[in-house]
Amino acid sequence: MPMDEIALDHGHDAHDHKPGFVTRWFFSTNHKDIGTLYLVFALIAGIVGYSLSGLIRWELAEPGIGPMLWIQTNFFGLTGDEAITHAKHFYNVVISYHGLIMIFFMVMPALIGGFGNWFVPLMIGAPDMAFPRMNNISFWLTVGAFILASISMVVPGGPGGNGFGGGWTLYPPLSSASGHPGPAMDLLILSLHTAGIASILGAINFIVTILNMRAPGMTMHKMPLFAWSILVTAVLLLLALPVLAGALTMLLTDRNFGSQFFIANGGGDPVMFQHLFWFFGHPEVYIMILPAFGIVSHIVSTFSKKPIFGYLGMAYAMVSIGVIGFVVWAHHMYTVGMNVDLKAYFVAATMVIAVPTGIKIFSWIATMWGGSIEFKVPMLWAIGFIFLFTVGGVTGVVLANAGIDHSLHDTYYVVAHFHYVLSLGAVFGLFAGWYYWFEKMFGVKYNGFLAGLHFWLMFVGSNVLFFPQHFLGLQGMPRRYIDYNEGFSTWHYVSSIGYAITLVATLIFFLSIIEAAVRRRKATVDAQGHGNPWGEGATTLEWTLPSPPPFHQYNELPVVNTKGGH
Amino acid sequence: MRHLLAALSAMLFAAPALAALPEDGAINFQPAATRIAERVHEFHNVLLWIIALITVLVTVLLIWVMVRYSRAANKTPRKFSHNTTVEVIWTVVPALILVGIASLSFPNLFYQNVTPNLGEIAATSKSLLANGKTAQHLAYTKNYFPDAAEKGFVNVKIQGNQWNWTYTYPDLVDETGAAVEFVSNGIHKGRPTDKENYESLTGRTDFDTQPTNLAVDYPMVIPAGRYIRYYTAAADVIHSFTIPAFAVKTDAVPGRLNEGWFLVEEPGIYYGQCSELCGIDHAYMPIEVRVVPQAQYDRWAELMKAGDFDGAAASITTIAALESETQLASTN
Repeated sequence: MPMDEIALDHGHDAHDHKPGFVTRWFFSTNHKDIGTLYLVFALIAGIVGYSLSGLIRWELAEPGIGPMLWIQTNFFGLTGDEAITHAKHFYNVVISYHGLIMIFFMVMPALIGGFGNWFVPLMIGAPDMAFPRMNNISFWLTVGAFILASISMVVPGGPGGNGFGGGWTLYPPLSSASGHPGPAMDLLILSLHTAGIASILGAINFIVTILNMRAPGMTMHKMPLFAWSILVTAVLLLLALPVLAGALTMLLTDRNFGSQFFIANGGGDPVMFQHLFWFFGHPEVYIMILPAFGIVSHIVSTFSKKPIFGYLGMAYAMVSIGVIGFVVWAHHMYTVGMNVDLKAYFVAATMVIAVPTGIKIFSWIATMWGGSIEFKVPMLWAIGFIFLFTVGGVTGVVLANAGIDHSLHDTYYVVAHFHYVLSLGAVFGLFAGWYYWFEKMFGVKYNGFLAGLHFWLMFVGSNVLFFPQHFLGLQGMPRRYIDYNEGFSTWHYVSSIGYAITLVATLIFFLSIIEAAVRRRKATVDAQGHGNPWGEGATTLEWTLPSPPPFHQYNELPVVNTKGGH
Repeated sequence: MRHLLAALSAMLFAAPALAALPEDGAINFQPAATRIAERVHEFHNVLLWIIALITVLVTVLLIWVMVRYSRAANKTPRKFSHNTTVEVIWTVVPALILVGIASLSFPNLFYQNVTPNLGEIAATSKSLLANGKTAQHLAYTKNYFPDAAEKGFVNVKIQGNQWNWTYTYPDLVDETGAAVEFVSNGIHKGRPTDKENYESLTGRTDFDTQPTNLAVDYPMVIPAGRYIRYYTAAADVIHSFTIPAFAVKTDAVPGRLNEGWFLVEEPGIYYGQCSELCGIDHAYMPIEVRVVPQAQYDRWAELMKAGDFDGAAASITTIAALESETQLASTN
């Protein structure tokens, strides 16, 4: 392993002393190991969440109740009307857990827990996170939360069988004791509480690390944009999750201890839950996309061999997206019966978000402008991200208009919109980061052909999957429907074909991981002895370290010169 | 698909009434049946151009930089990272576009969300016409319906239940003082026994010609060309009353009474579906609205008041054309 001047160990331990397996992976306090654990966890949860979406597309490929009934008949031995009722409930369970798992156990752990843990300390020149043990607790609480959610799927839920089938938004009264009397919903509340605590602890850790542990000379305005994105994300988590926790606690006491916060005939108001939920839920969507913004900025700069265009504008665009993100929540609730003036306010506030988002899109293009662009795999994902996020963003402007949203709310147009920004936005950002840092994290190269194939199949597949859903939504196809009129058949069928293409892409993704693990191609060491495969464009501190970095890095802190740094 | 065509042609031959159904392979809204929907569609079409142009602009810029500044085309990267002029432009121009969008959005929103003051509409329209201001009168009546305004509202209370709808007509009161009220069930529940159940329950034999997952046993009936004021409520969980062709969607929330309005000029059959996840049969509680001429509506109302629900349902299986209104009235 090449020795790096800034990674020199001057302690009495051996240079790269690692603890034994159990200590290293189960009691880990090392930010890189915890980052890896988060990524492995997100991969496992991602397989579950992605399989659930496969069940959805399989069911919706044709009108009528098909595969869900087949599962009830063949796996659970049910017959007649009982099988049909259970099939309908099972479908609701599938869509609910697909959303929850993808958000709380795939995207967030991967982008924040995985890449955040791995690269925030490396990029800001810190030896580790501020609170390494708290970092460990954050990870294992997330695992615990996932186990609780998994148990919740297989214990009695509502009248139609096991699991909670009320959608990821958990609206009461469907999630109250009257709608879902079984323990599934209670377990789900505990799961989300646990995941929330894990995220809050993680957020505190990131905020403290970023504010206090930057290398000498790295002022806030020289900090890499990925660290900025994680800082804004962490602040959003810190402010939003307690509100979710409050709403969930009220739901829990409504269900179990006789309170009536959201029960109308006790004087409560179900709409109040929606306000609390979306006060968390809207910042949550920025929590998922901001880290991807940070990753894409670095990749675009690296492969264009140019500094990021409008660095300060980029950083403060993220800050303003975060701030405005807290005052737009009720645009998810235009149809609940709000006062029209209130709707008008939320229309105006929501559209304002398009301005900082536009700044980011144009600044990425300006970063590429005048550059010398290399189209390596991470850059493909990043460019794909910019295009797809634009498509998802402009449909967001359409939906922001309450007048139009009355037609489109709870239709497939909304499904298409948020999958364009999340499934094609956040997830493309995630894969971009995965290939960008693959060599840095694992010390081996990925296979460029497989990775490129993964990108192209995913790009084509996810567009075929989600673009026709705009048409379905405009025609009036409602969300969360197991069955539909024949008038929606064609586009549903096309959409399911799109899923099949992404399935091939995903199999190739796992194949590329196995291939890289088996072949073990040595990571690049450049002329300066740095583990930097990307050349002059890669200017952030992690590229000055070997690949993979030593167990403890920056024992002597790197000094950021006053000219560069981002 | 065959059923659908059969259903469609049956309707077409039976009466000059239209049926608002999703169209396979269509890529836009269902045809507008209310002025609210027309205005939403007009606004959406403008917006579609704006977002399409923005997407094309970003795509063209992306392709341009990818071609012009690829490593093959440009060996040495330039090092600039600021340009105040373009940064100001791409902040200010989008903001101005948004102001433009908002200027279209707000009138549209207030039009559909503020229940019209019918007395004022009738009076204003009359005075405009009396003063000979025909152009303003036309502009005014494009969005409002002075003749209908003089007749006042037709009120319907819509209650969502797991998993059907209860329609109450507070204006239609029988001798005992009870308002006309009935439950409307979807005839499809995703079960093989659906046809059997429907036939034994209603005594009708038209199951196969009904559109799947949209048809109901006893539809909501309203008069054409009248202001409809509806209230939504819920018995158990949250539901959402939706008719795509009307651009109407209002949640039915336990403990709340939400209000909305619409006016349909063209008689026909309009379908919608519950649009808030409400449990097992969420996909099987459709909404069917039969918009009929006033005279046919009045006859239906009389039958309903007399408690003859099946007679009332039979009276609206074919929908009369607007021209035959006087004929129907004379036979009544």
